[in-house]
Amino acid sequence: MQLNKKVKLSVAEKLALAATALMSGATGAADTEDVATESKDNEWSFVGSVLAYNETDRVQAVELLFSADKQYGDAGNLSLKVVLDALTGASASGAIPQPTVQTFTRPSGNGQYTIAAYDTPLDDTFRDGRGQFNVSWTDAIDQDSRYTVGSNLSKEFDYLSLSFNGEYARDFNKRNTTLSAGISFAFDTVTPKGGMPIPLATMVVDQGQFATRDDFLTAFNATRSATEENIDTTELLLGWTQVVNRQMIMQFNYSYSDVNGYLTDPFKVLSVIDNNAQTQSIVYENRPDSKKQHAFFALGKYHLDESVTSLSYRYVTNDWELDSHTIDFKWHFYGDNNTFWEPHIRFYQQTAAEFYNTYLQDGQPLPEFASADYRLGDMDAITLGIKYGFELSGGNRAEIRAEYYNQTPKANGPELVAATKGLDLYPELDAVFLQFTYFF
Amino acid sequence: MTYQLSRENQHSKISFQAMASPCEVLLTTFDQSLIKEIAETTCSETRRIEQKFSRYVKNNLCWQMNQSHGQPVTIDQETFQLLNFAKNMYQLSDGKFDITSGVLRKIWQFKPQAKPPSQIEINNLLPLIGFEKINYDEITFTMPEGMEIDFGGIGKEYCVDFITNTITPICKQHQINFLVNFGGDLSANQHKDNFEGWKVGLENADNPQLADTVIDIKQGAVATSGSTKRFFEYQGKTYSHILNPLTGKTIEGGPRSVSVFAQSCVLAGSMSTLALLQGAQAEDFLKENQVKYICCW
Repeated sequence: MQLNKKVKLSVAEKLALAATALMSGATGAADTEDVATESKDNEWSFVGSVLAYNETDRVQAVELLFSADKQYGDAGNLSLKVVLDALTGASASGAIPQPTVQTFTRPSGNGQYTIAAYDTPLDDTFRDGRGQFNVSWTDAIDQDSRYTVGSNLSKEFDYLSLSFNGEYARDFNKRNTTLSAGISFAFDTVTPKGGMPIPLATMVVDQGQFATRDDFLTAFNATRSATEENIDTTELLLGWTQVVNRQMIMQFNYSYSDVNGYLTDPFKVLSVIDNNAQTQSIVYENRPDSKKQHAFFALGKYHLDESVTSLSYRYVTNDWELDSHTIDFKWHFYGDNNTFWEPHIRFYQQTAAEFYNTYLQDGQPLPEFASADYRLGDMDAITLGIKYGFELSGGNRAEIRAEYYNQTPKANGPELVAATKGLDLYPELDAVFLQFTYFF
Repeated sequence: MTYQLSRENQHSKISFQAMASPCEVLLTTFDQSLIKEIAETTCSETRRIEQKFSRYVKNNLCWQMNQSHGQPVTIDQETFQLLNFAKNMYQLSDGKFDITSGVLRKIWQFKPQAKPPSQIEINNLLPLIGFEKINYDEITFTMPEGMEIDFGGIGKEYCVDFITNTITPICKQHQINFLVNFGGDLSANQHKDNFEGWKVGLENADNPQLADTVIDIKQGAVATSGSTKRFFEYQGKTYSHILNPLTGKTIEGGPRSVSVFAQSCVLAGSMSTLALLQGAQAEDFLKENQVKYICCW
C-alpha cells in the first residue's frame, strides 16, 4: 500500500524491499522486526464462499460463509465467522416403503403427507434455515506456547446451540513438535414445533376416525411429552503435530466427548410390520440419553517435488457401538500462474448402532431404544472431488470445488421379515457439492 | 562442521570456517548450553546453505541447475526467493549484476601473469550470459544449455541474515546481544540495554586501508565488496576483478572496495556490489542512495 504513495523509490529502497522479501520465507521467526510488525498489524483478511449442495430427490441447500481475520502484533489473531444455510427438501423419516400409499402425520401435528407406493418415506417438514456465528482469539503466551479461546452460536428454527472452547499449544524440539490440549462445552436446546414425541409412542394418523379436529389433537397431544429439551456436550482434545523432515509432517489427534441429554431425533420414526411386511403402526424413535465417544485421527502430509499429498485416517467409536472408519486422500498439484489442482477421494464405513432397527416386528415386545435413522445404520460412502485454485486479475485468490458423494446403506444382519424382500429398505443416496471461495 | 568456543572478556565466541572465510558468532552470554545450541544451529544452517548453493559442490542443487542442459530442474521456495532477489538485482543494475555472468571466469583469470581475453573469446561467451534467458517459477527452473548460474554474489550475505534471523528468537528471549561475522560480512542485534557495541575491524585481509578501519556496531549489518588481491597487471594496465556482463570486460576506475551499512547483510552486500559496478561513479551512487558507507580507492 505504502509503495504506491511514493513517487519514485531509490535503488536502496527497492533493494530493501527485495531483501525483506528474500528473508520473509527463510525462517519461522524472521527478525527485521520494524518492517515485519508494521506490515502485519491491523490488516483484516476476508474469505467469502458460497456452497450449493444437492441430494438427488432429497435435500437442497445453499450455504453462505463469510470469515474475517485480523492480526494483532506478532501472534494475536482474531477470527470471526458467519455461516448462513438455507435448506429445502425432504429427508428419510425412518419408515419403510410399502406396496400401498402411506399417510403420515407431520411432526408438528399440523397436517399430513402421503408417500406413493414403493417410495421411501421422506418427511418434507425439513428444517429450513440456520445461522451460525463464531468468534475465536489466539495469542502467544511466550516464545513457545499459545492459547486459543472461542465461542460459537448456532440457531435453527427449532434448535439453539451455544459452545465455548479453549486450547493450549506448546512447541518443543525447535518447533518441530507441537503438543496441544483443549476442552469445549456445548449447550444445546431443542424446541421442535409440536413438542417431543413420547418414546416409541404410536403415531396418530387421522384417517377419518376422529369426529372433530379437537378429537384428533387430543389424541395427538397424548403422544407428546415436553416441548423443550437440552443436550450438554463436554469434549476433550489432545493433539500432537510432528515435523518429520523437510518433506513430511504428521499429526495425531485424540478426542473424547461425553454427550448428555435429549439425543433422540424428534422427527424420526420406525415402521412396525407384520410377517407379510405390512406396516401395522408407526412409532416414534428413542435413543439413549447419553453417548460417550472416542475419536482417533492421524494425518500425514508429504511434500513431493511439485505436489503435496495428504493422507488421513479417522476412527470413531462410541458406546452406542457405532464405529466408523474414514480414509481421506488429497493430492495438491501446483500449476502454472499460481494455480493448483487438488483431486480428493474419501472412503467412509460405519457399523450400525446397537439399537438400530430397519423396522420393528409386530407382536414382539418393544425394545427400550430403537431408531431406523439411516445415519445410524450400516453404510459405506465414497466422496470424489476436485478443487481448482487460481488467481484473479486483481491478485486475489479464488477456489472452485466440486464433489460427488455416494452413500450405500446396508442391512446389519439377515432380514428378520423375509417378505420385505421386494421393498427398497436401503436406498442409496447421491449428492453433489459445488463451492466457490474467494479470498480478499 | 567443527567449531571452536572461546571466552573473551565480555562475551563468548563461536568460530568456524565456511564459505571460504573465517566465520564468527559473538554472544554476550557465558551460558554454555545456550552457546552450544546456538553454535550447532549456526553451523548446521551454514553448512546446509553452503552445500545447497555452492558452485563448488558436486551434485547439489546449484550443480544440478548448471548441469541441466536446458531441461527443467525442480527448485524449492528458498531457491525461488534467491532467484527473485537476483532478478531484482539484475533489473536495478540494468543488467550489470547478473548471476549468470560466472562463465566469464573461463576467460578472465585474476591472478598475476594473467592476460586479458581477446574480443573473439568474449564474443563467444556473451550469448551465454543474461538473467532474462532464465525461466523459473516456484517449482521449476530452466536455463539454456551452456549457461551457468552462481549464487556467490549473494550467498554469504544471505547466510549471515539467515543465521541472524534463526538465532534472534533465542537471543531475544535470553537478552543476548550478538554479532554474526562471516569474513567481514556481518550483522548485529541488540537485545539488552547498556551495551557499548561491538568493535569490529573490517579485516578485508589484503586491503591495508580497510584493515585499519574499526567500526562500532550494535544493531544492523555491514558488508564489503571488492578486494585488492584479485586483480592483475598486463602491459602496464591494471585489471580489476569487477566484470561487466554486458560487455564481458572489466569495470575500471572504481574503488578497490566498498563497505555499506544497512538493516540487513543482504541489503548491505547488494548496495556495495552495485556501487562497485558503477566504476568511477561508485561514490555518487552511494550518496544518491543516502547510505552509510566506507569507500577505499
